Amino acid sequence: MNVAVCDYGAGNVRSVALAFERMGATVRFDGVADADLAVLPGVGSAAAAMRGLREGRVDRALRHRIAAGRPVLGICLGLQLALEGSDEDGGVEGLGLIPGRAVRIDSGRVPRIGWADVEPLGETFYFAHSYAAETEAATAFSEGFVAEARAGSFVGVQFHPEKSGAAGADYLRSCLSPG
Amino acid sequence: MPFPRLIPCLDVAAGRVVKGVKFQNLRDQGDPVELGAAYSDAGADELVFLDVKATLQNRPATVALVARVAERLSIPFTVGGGIGDADGAADILRSGADKIAVNSAALARPALIGELAARCGSQAVVAAIDSAGGEVFSHAGTRPTGRRTVEWARECQRLGAGEILLTSIDADGTQAGYDLELTAAVAAAVTIPVIASGGAGTAADVAAAMRVAQAALVASILHEQPSRLHGLRTELRAMGVPLRDAA
Repeated sequence: MNVAVCDYGAGNVRSVALAFERMGATVRFDGVADADLAVLPGVGSAAAAMRGLREGRVDRALRHRIAAGRPVLGICLGLQLALEGSDEDGGVEGLGLIPGRAVRIDSGRVPRIGWADVEPLGETFYFAHSYAAETEAATAFSEGFVAEARAGSFVGVQFHPEKSGAAGADYLRSCLSPG
Repeated sequence: MPFPRLIPCLDVAAGRVVKGVKFQNLRDQGDPVELGAAYSDAGADELVFLDVKATLQNRPATVALVARVAERLSIPFTVGGGIGDADGAADILRSGADKIAVNSAALARPALIGELAARCGSQAVVAAIDSAGGEVFSHAGTRPTGRRTVEWARECQRLGAGEILLTSIDADGTQAGYDLELTAAVAAAVTIPVIASGGAGTAADVAAAMRVAQAALVASILHEQPSRLHGLRTELRAMGVPLRDAA
């Protein structure tokens, strides 16, 4: 299996690559168009990340993939970038791969950092975020926050499966071999 | 709220894990790659790696060693020691760390925290504070700064830090319990998560720290017997601390 990890700036793409390599996948940092799975990882700020995606023309490659019905996994900021927009950095236009917006978390300690239960997946995953998706495409929640959203061939997760031990590895494996 | 986090800390000097008492008399505790992997597999919620000599020797934490540790982890990984600018931080993140901890460099130039947050995101920036007698110390606890700990923690949050890693030098390595008063004061002063550090001796100490902070760092009580992590988690759960269901 080939996994293309979009590298667009300061994010930690290595932990995503390591997680897929551990399960025997071949990881590249280009080739979004023809990989079996494209991964949009994400840490950093929304504005800087969107700038990086546009400069590298990764935004167009991702849109083509989605139009062709090929799987894309967005992680953390990768989920938020796929929305129509984000309130971060004074407002940032997103990729619009799924409906909705990222809004600032206004309860508890922010950033929301740590392991939390995700339902209905029935697993505990690691989160680290100050913004959360509000979307009608939500398919799983964690303490009221959107944890997973799906639209077409896009699946986005707010948690970090690559940092979530055995449960995270199982999740990534399911993304490699859907169904 | 997410589950309280139990975080083993690797203090590293010259490529080896070391541990002292009140930052002095460092003793060898093993190989960071092996210890890190053992903790990751045994159910640690995160791992922290602090190059305790980096600032004193004026060099960044060894990127190659960080990469070797990261390779064996499937949990979040924070690295600190000698990070002085956003490029240095990006190097550490690219080598496999998820968060960077800054301490002395931020005290010398507080704007660094904002620069790191802009580049890497607040959630990746940990402000590490070493405190003795309510005052912040820099350079691995060797230099008083004249700053009050609670005030500096508040300032770190304002500048863009995503977490406070609060170490009590007074309690460090004594295994006599965390400085709960200081930890509670800092936790009350900020709205970002606080990690308590220094003084863990028993499960009861860790449980008490987790009642006032969002996470607790442990070192001395684990390194001599890394397999103790699993038992410690079981004891904490028995005391009513809601830890995640790990390995």
